[in-house]
Amino acid sequence: MAARTATAPGAPTTKLGKAGYEIDDRLIVAGPVRRTLNKVFPDHWSFLLGEIALYCFIILLLSGTYLTFFFQASMTEIIYDGSYDPLRGQEMSIAYASTLDISFDVRGGLFMRQLHHWAALLFVASIVVHLLRIFFTGAFRRPRETNWIIGVVLLILALLEGATGYTLPDDLLSGTGLRIISAIILAIPVIGTWAHWAVFNGDFVGTEIIGRFYIVHVLLIPAILLALIAAHLLILVKQKHTQFPGPGRTEHNVVGNRLFPTFAGKATGLLFVVFGVCAALGGLVQINPVWLWGPYNPAMVSAASQPDWYVMFLDGSTRLFPAWDINLPGDYTIPALFWPTLVLPGILFTLLLLYPVIERKLTGDTVSHHLLQRPRDVPVRTSLGMMAIAFYLVLLISGGNDVVADKFDISLNAMTWAGRIGLVLLPPIAYVITYRICLGLQQHDREVLEHGIETGVIRRLPHGEFIEVHQPIGPVDEHGHGQLAYGGAPVPKKMNQVGAARRAIRGFFSPVEEPTAVEIDQRAEGRGLSAGESDRELTTSGRPSEGGRPSDGGRPQDPRD
Amino acid sequence: MSTRETRPGSTGGEATPGPLHGGPDEDYTPEQLAAMRREELDLLGARYDGVEILHVDPGPEPGSATEKRAVRQVGWTFALAGVFAFLFLVVYVGSGWFLPEWSWAEEGTAWSALFTPLLGLFMGLSLALVGAGLVLYTKKLLPHETAVQDKHDGSHFDRVTTGATLVGGYHNSGLPRRKLITRSLGFMGVGVGVMLLAPLGGLIKNPNTGNPLGRTSWAEGVRLVRIDGSPVRPGDQEPGSLETVFPAVPGGNFESDAATMLIRLRPEQVLQDEPREGQADFSYGDYVAYSKICTHAGCPVSLYEQETSRLLCPCHQSQFDVTQGAKPIFGPATRSLPQLPITVDDEGFFVARSDYIEAVGPTYWNRERI
Repeated sequence: MAARTATAPGAPTTKLGKAGYEIDDRLIVAGPVRRTLNKVFPDHWSFLLGEIALYCFIILLLSGTYLTFFFQASMTEIIYDGSYDPLRGQEMSIAYASTLDISFDVRGGLFMRQLHHWAALLFVASIVVHLLRIFFTGAFRRPRETNWIIGVVLLILALLEGATGYTLPDDLLSGTGLRIISAIILAIPVIGTWAHWAVFNGDFVGTEIIGRFYIVHVLLIPAILLALIAAHLLILVKQKHTQFPGPGRTEHNVVGNRLFPTFAGKATGLLFVVFGVCAALGGLVQINPVWLWGPYNPAMVSAASQPDWYVMFLDGSTRLFPAWDINLPGDYTIPALFWPTLVLPGILFTLLLLYPVIERKLTGDTVSHHLLQRPRDVPVRTSLGMMAIAFYLVLLISGGNDVVADKFDISLNAMTWAGRIGLVLLPPIAYVITYRICLGLQQHDREVLEHGIETGVIRRLPHGEFIEVHQPIGPVDEHGHGQLAYGGAPVPKKMNQVGAARRAIRGFFSPVEEPTAVEIDQRAEGRGLSAGESDRELTTSGRPSEGGRPSDGGRPQDPRD
Repeated sequence: MSTRETRPGSTGGEATPGPLHGGPDEDYTPEQLAAMRREELDLLGARYDGVEILHVDPGPEPGSATEKRAVRQVGWTFALAGVFAFLFLVVYVGSGWFLPEWSWAEEGTAWSALFTPLLGLFMGLSLALVGAGLVLYTKKLLPHETAVQDKHDGSHFDRVTTGATLVGGYHNSGLPRRKLITRSLGFMGVGVGVMLLAPLGGLIKNPNTGNPLGRTSWAEGVRLVRIDGSPVRPGDQEPGSLETVFPAVPGGNFESDAATMLIRLRPEQVLQDEPREGQADFSYGDYVAYSKICTHAGCPVSLYEQETSRLLCPCHQSQFDVTQGAKPIFGPATRSLPQLPITVDDEGFFVARSDYIEAVGPTYWNRERI
């Protein structure tokens, strides 16, 4: 700190400090900025999943804006005259021609297009995985139901955004998808034809739909996404992050790193890594080569017409659903297509939206929770989740059942029937198996708490009996049974997790630490068997890691079971 | 904040500045703060934000081997990120200048095939290394601190006072008593809301005018032409073959509902053929013509397995039997493919005898009624 002049105590002396004062004189932001910098974020890898979705969204906004400089959403037919020879002279829509131009005539345009597509796939994927994390750890419980609902709405919007974007290039594949969208709208009872005429401005395909999907894709849905993401984050900041149970962690605090500089450093690092992965995929892995599909023609189709992965479960349900038109009196029909494409996702997303309410009603648990649950400790929810995943996976695989049938030389009809039967049978099986696994894991946690960790040491008693020595992980009663109660946190299952092993000496080719210094360090920390040899019997109680570094929040015994 | 008796404002109407914003400026004078070290100020501020720093694991000791190694790692990571960014620029800017042309050509040069992968590789590596460098920096060089922040439930005081202000405003407006205003407000709300939504009515069009869903361009005497516009004669196709045909009208080859499959049955198929009721004369000799638009979701039914007489739609795998009037025999489709009545004109080319006698394409609510 520089010596201060006597003018005003505490007045800034450096240029930067003066600039800061100037800013704060005008905007009065020092208080809020300090509160923001001091905000504590818990540290766990699974808390980064939502961040990945956020960063994908940023990438999508940037790359998407770039693409709009070149894309023309018009269905006017022209004769292609670009650099791609095989299609030159063919009649096609301006939308498709401008997509070809982006791919072949814009420097780096193909890279941007593929980057955008990959980021979109990753966006939906990270939302889904983030949702699974929230679900299985019970992070949606009061007070976070609102954010759960916003999250599910974000997922639905992301799917619509993907579906509209997929349609824009107006190639053969996207046109086939559009044809199915058209049939789905027609299938709505009573208002189907009217809805179709409103969306397409007439019969399929018309000349408006690409232009309409374009504005929905680049303005309408992104604006809503942006607003909802802002609300999602504001609520998160306001309610503070959840955390897993652990030493010192309670319902009334957050243990972790302050935003500045640790969390900010890691989060910015993740942003760049996500951006880098998308860029690498966008350049190295070809996706949707529209020039191979050719322009859309309603009479043509390519084999293995698959949508992007996130719509495949609906394609699967459409393939599996039996041919059941419902004929009503008066010659009205409810098309079979209506059930798997509109009713099924309607039910699925409604259940998903309402799940926090359903669970609250069923369990009667209306208390605020900020500590997360381990999936094994809530077997019913975990099993329901696995059941849903099994259901979803059957639909997903069925969405590509023709490819599976082709690659593995299975009858296509057998695949369809396997999907139909699997859809009914597999979810309950998944439920039962998950339930048993949860109970087993719970039991093992309790057993270790009661009897200690298996040491692998066999001791022969004077009368000849062999016993395995167990290491209690807490104080024991007169029978040698552990008195620690289960606290919802991982229980160490191996001796190394309670510090039986020394830490490895750092250094890849040659050690960068003094081995002896490390040894002394660890002795002081009470780590490694050698540390306890002088004062600790293997069978006595006392946690070897006690007095370990609190900075690790009990990390030394972080088990991976 | 201290309370004062006089009004307005917390200074009691005097022309002096009120308590400073956002901090306990009364507890700590500038002199006291000036006497504190930076670390103390940091912790003090944190404490006011409900944050306690439990423990700080200092970063590696300055000058130690560990530190030097970490600095080397972080430094090299950032430097490499810069190198790859530069390589990206070289490829992007240099292609077509001092490097070969990037753009696609008929034969495709090696460089044009490498251009996009190289852009992705270099940008990906560069950005990923920036990220890796930042993470390494925070993990290896920054002190690791464990901080605890209090989590507050809502404040009862805030709830009560905010509630009082809200209810006060509502009460003072007199709305609970002034029923006329509440009702007119409700009426106004509905009216204005509907008015603002009404322009969306421009989207609505009547789908029943002219029965567009039930009609195609096929009509009596319209020739069946291939996609290139050439007409088809009965002798053109081998038995067991399929040809996609369109109505010989302008734009017929792009019409969404008109595409038709002209199939020549093999002799044994002709023997098995059981056309739909009343449609026995729709075929011409061993030729039958069915709509190519799947009755399930409108995809073109395009795979014909002539040994089993099956047509397969690649979208959802509905299967139709051409010897049974294109009846659906597997998959989600519920209706037979409509059959086009065909014959041959004076010049010996195939023509339609009429339009399809039913709507082609996917099922909809009032399909049966039109």
